[in-house]
Amino acid sequence: MTENAPKKTPLYEEHVRLGAKMVPFAGWLMPVQYTSIVEENQTVRNKVGIFDISHMGQLIVEGSGAREWLNVMLTNNIDKLDVGHGQYTFLLNERGGIIDDLIAYRIGEQRFLLVVNAARTDEDFVWLKKWRRPAAGAPENYRQDADTTAIVNRSADFGGVAIQGPGIAELFHALFGKDVDLPPRNAIIDPPFDGTKVSVARTGYTGEDGIEVFFRASDAVKFWNAALEKGKAFGIKPCGLGARDTLRLEMCYPLNGSDLSPERNPIEAGLGVFVDLTKPHFIGRDALLKTKENGPPEKLVQFRMKEKGPPPRPHYAVFQNGERVGEVTSGTLSPSLNWGIGMAYVSAAHAKIGAQIDIEIRGRTFPATIEKKPLYKKS
Amino acid sequence: MNVPDDLLYTETHEWARREGDKVRVGITDHAQSELTDVVYVELPKMDRQANAKEAIAVVESVKAASDIYAPVRGTVIEVNRALEADPGLINREPYGQGWIFVLKIDNADDLKQLKDAEAYRKQIS
Repeated sequence: MTENAPKKTPLYEEHVRLGAKMVPFAGWLMPVQYTSIVEENQTVRNKVGIFDISHMGQLIVEGSGAREWLNVMLTNNIDKLDVGHGQYTFLLNERGGIIDDLIAYRIGEQRFLLVVNAARTDEDFVWLKKWRRPAAGAPENYRQDADTTAIVNRSADFGGVAIQGPGIAELFHALFGKDVDLPPRNAIIDPPFDGTKVSVARTGYTGEDGIEVFFRASDAVKFWNAALEKGKAFGIKPCGLGARDTLRLEMCYPLNGSDLSPERNPIEAGLGVFVDLTKPHFIGRDALLKTKENGPPEKLVQFRMKEKGPPPRPHYAVFQNGERVGEVTSGTLSPSLNWGIGMAYVSAAHAKIGAQIDIEIRGRTFPATIEKKPLYKKS
Repeated sequence: MNVPDDLLYTETHEWARREGDKVRVGITDHAQSELTDVVYVELPKMDRQANAKEAIAVVESVKAASDIYAPVRGTVIEVNRALEADPGLINREPYGQGWIFVLKIDNADDLKQLKDAEAYRKQIS
């Protein structure tokens, strides 16, 4: 978080014009909602919604050593990426704790785009730069000659939007023409758009089909308004961070800073599938091997309240049979389910699917059940 | 924003309608529009005593929980059970069916501490 005045994305004026409620988030002034979180959530589930994600960071890593080096910096196996494809992955500290969760795209033979969390962009950049040079005491394999790998923070140059919802395929063709195919899941393409070039990735944070589009900051207003105009026929609505949070929580996608932190590792968070422990070296590997061997002391679980009642919120205590066993990290009333849902770190012995837990809310406890993810499934 | 002339207001966005030796209390149109999507209301306990500015109820939106304060010292003699089934009443009719509780006032002079409509309009403008 920054002490300075929050930054404005290139779409700030558009949000204000649309009547958005603007709030500081991760050092940026962002729209939390335009009309209502419930309405915006349902628009994404049933039609199509557009989110400003210009606050997210873009780091470019390139050079003859880029691939090998990123495979040491990140947990997933970047060797599995063909040009034009991306993967969800983690940037860990030496203790295995999560500095950031991100998507790494291979946008050229020796060129990678890392799309990172707004609040972590500067930290990620400093961390990566530190490891690029032979640091004192750094293990031999981690060292990377600065001559063979360049890393640039391009966050200020790019704007971005996420367009999410079942209407995406039709809207995509309305925007890019009938002849351009939607990229496959996790792939990224650079179709022309109104005399400029944009990058379109088939990804998202809502559980609906959708894309994330990145463009030069100076093209942001043009693209945003074109999407709103062409999207009218499909019921598009601008959506804020409030709906982004409820949508991702219904899918049990973790939020960095709430469910993920430098004190938590991907195995505790139930995200081991994005860690390739067969890679010989990556930062945090030793710590994760130990966690895997001993079992994590706590696990991130998702739960559903048993009764209609107050929604769970971050930091509420979790009990089982009167014993405190954990703490809520994310909680809300799910607009899609019209029911209280959340995620919590719970001691491993109690973190079983189907287990009954109690959430303490203002001095009273309310029963909940640990469930499989996702909490919301399309019917 | 609707700020009816015949009500009294608090800095914390409650309204109070005097009904003899009682006041009916809810949250203002401005407050409900800031919260949007009220999804849960925790009503105060019947017969509880409350001091002015004491938190005695909670209104929750999708995003957050907000305390609701007693505008004056008194005793809770009525609560709006309809909000348990339909908390959205607060959004739809903040000054009508969306009322939250009724207090029997200890001292009618305390009402002088509250804002009139004009002062509240100034506060939220």
